[in-house]
Amino acid sequence: MDKVKVAVIGPGNIGSDLMYKILRSRHLEMALMTGIIESEGIKRARGLGIKTSTAGVQAVLEDKDIKIVFDATGAKPHLQHAPLLKEAGKIAIDLTPAAVGPYVVPCVNLDQVKAEPNLNMVTCGGQATVPIVYAINRAAGARYAEIVACIASKSAGPGTRQNIDEFTQTTAKALTVVGGAQKGKAIIILNPAEPPIMMTNTVYVEVERPDEQAIRTSVEAMVKEIQSYVPGYQLRVPPLLDGNKVTTIIQVEGAGDFLPRYSGNLDIITSAAVAVAEKLAQKILAGEVAA
Amino acid sequence: MKNTKLIHVVDTTLRDGSHAVSHQFTAEQIAAIAGGLDAAGVEYIEVSHGDGLAGSSYNYGWALLSDEEMLRAAAGAIKNSNLTVLLLPGIGTQEDLEMAAHCGAKAVRVATHVTEADIGEQHIGMAKKLGMQAFGFLMMCHMAPPEKVVEQARLFESYGADFIYVADSAGAMLPEDVKARVGAVVEAVKVPVGFHAHNNLTMATANALAAVEAGAIFLDGACRGLGAGAGNAQTEALVGVLEKLGYQTGVDFYKIMDVAEDIVEPIMHRPQVVRNAPLMLGYAGVYSSFLLHTYRAAEKFNLDPRDILVELGRRRMVGGQEDMIVDVAYQLAHGKGGA
Repeated sequence: MDKVKVAVIGPGNIGSDLMYKILRSRHLEMALMTGIIESEGIKRARGLGIKTSTAGVQAVLEDKDIKIVFDATGAKPHLQHAPLLKEAGKIAIDLTPAAVGPYVVPCVNLDQVKAEPNLNMVTCGGQATVPIVYAINRAAGARYAEIVACIASKSAGPGTRQNIDEFTQTTAKALTVVGGAQKGKAIIILNPAEPPIMMTNTVYVEVERPDEQAIRTSVEAMVKEIQSYVPGYQLRVPPLLDGNKVTTIIQVEGAGDFLPRYSGNLDIITSAAVAVAEKLAQKILAGEVAA
Repeated sequence: MKNTKLIHVVDTTLRDGSHAVSHQFTAEQIAAIAGGLDAAGVEYIEVSHGDGLAGSSYNYGWALLSDEEMLRAAAGAIKNSNLTVLLLPGIGTQEDLEMAAHCGAKAVRVATHVTEADIGEQHIGMAKKLGMQAFGFLMMCHMAPPEKVVEQARLFESYGADFIYVADSAGAMLPEDVKARVGAVVEAVKVPVGFHAHNNLTMATANALAAVEAGAIFLDGACRGLGAGAGNAQTEALVGVLEKLGYQTGVDFYKIMDVAEDIVEPIMHRPQVVRNAPLMLGYAGVYSSFLLHTYRAAEKFNLDPRDILVELGRRRMVGGQEDMIVDVAYQLAHGKGGA
């Protein structure tokens, strides 16, 4: 076995984008796409020769060879799926705001990720900004981090819109828990401009030691790391110092796998989820993780 | 012919005016202004950081007081008026709204960009659950055609909003634009409709009257116009003008003039006049609260504030995107132009 079998639950936009990324992976095999109704996403997967089901999580539980499961449904369904997947010995990578397991931001804490039964991918804004906060914190100490994520209206689905408080709260928490800031705050703005704008994130950090050179070096190194799994991630404005306040602006252009390029917000979270699965798969294949 | 229709006045000196004092209102100032407005008979008194609950931040400016301190200072001075808060989903949350209700807020204006009403559904729902009056407040209405404004107003109505507002947040509309949008919304929804003006093109009072002619029965104002950009419609002037036209507001004209002159004017940081940059806000259609942030960025990057504003307008930035002022200034200063 040189690839680990994975499943995607939730054949919507995120699930479909995950599928294309998994199909390109050297370590993952796209074994199943499952939903609860016959849908465009199910048809799309079937058209690519992938096994599909409309039996939801049940189809995953019945296949003992599936080791890693991406959940791209919603917070409520994931709360039901999580214990079932855990009991079946499968690792869940949760792209919903359910936050059952610990937050993972690949370039920050992927190495610490053990075979937790459940890993949460925070939010798109968290994936884009937590690494910058982490990079600034390690160079200069972050007393406070505040981020403003601006997303094209077309790239914010009904799930995000109806639960916008969960975005701000989860992202703010990840700025501290994973980013290392002592306090965090997150703001999200939707912009309907046409053609759609690229995802833009502004990261403000109040630092303990305003050492511009150390901060720049740390941030630039981090940007390179992120680019290894999100090629469209770039600095628009490098860290600017104003007293103890550091302002950094980044832009995320999507890979355009299934979603349009302006959906960098969705691309960064699916890319991060696949990066996590690949890391776990390598561990499974090397026999480091019981599977 | 005299008109005896009632126009409900919402005074936002202590919310939109917060921008003009860089969110530095003291508890004493809040109590004095709120008490004065209450005694003058103003029906709704809006008190919040300029960018709404939880607006105090690097991005929008730190407030001197916490939201809770501001609301408690106002609540202690209000006897009859409805203490009102502003909440921008994406900045403030339902938790903030619960706190505000606990401090005595009776009404909330849930404000979204004119095309994004659906991000306010949960907050309108929470307001109703808390027994508050809920306003669906559509910002930057100049950026959308009347049909779109109607579609979004209907969404807010479907979530349970008691009132719908058309806001000219950039002070970019002319009376015909106001009539087209307000009139269309009045036709389309069953709930009362209001209008929030900015004076960037010196049209605030004229636009407020155009809104009333189109069927609006709620109007926003601020004493001395204190507000973002060139400020709002001037409450005391609105009251006088409406009275001349035969409308009732329930506001005592003399008393509201006194609040403006004796309490508000002495604490203003600068006269609320239409300088070049606010004029450019209206001309370019840029969110009024960008003004003071733009002055600072212009100074830091050695640019003409008008150039920054024109570029922000060209990029179609919306309310809340204050962070993009630095982005634009940086790109302009580094010769990257329209990135």
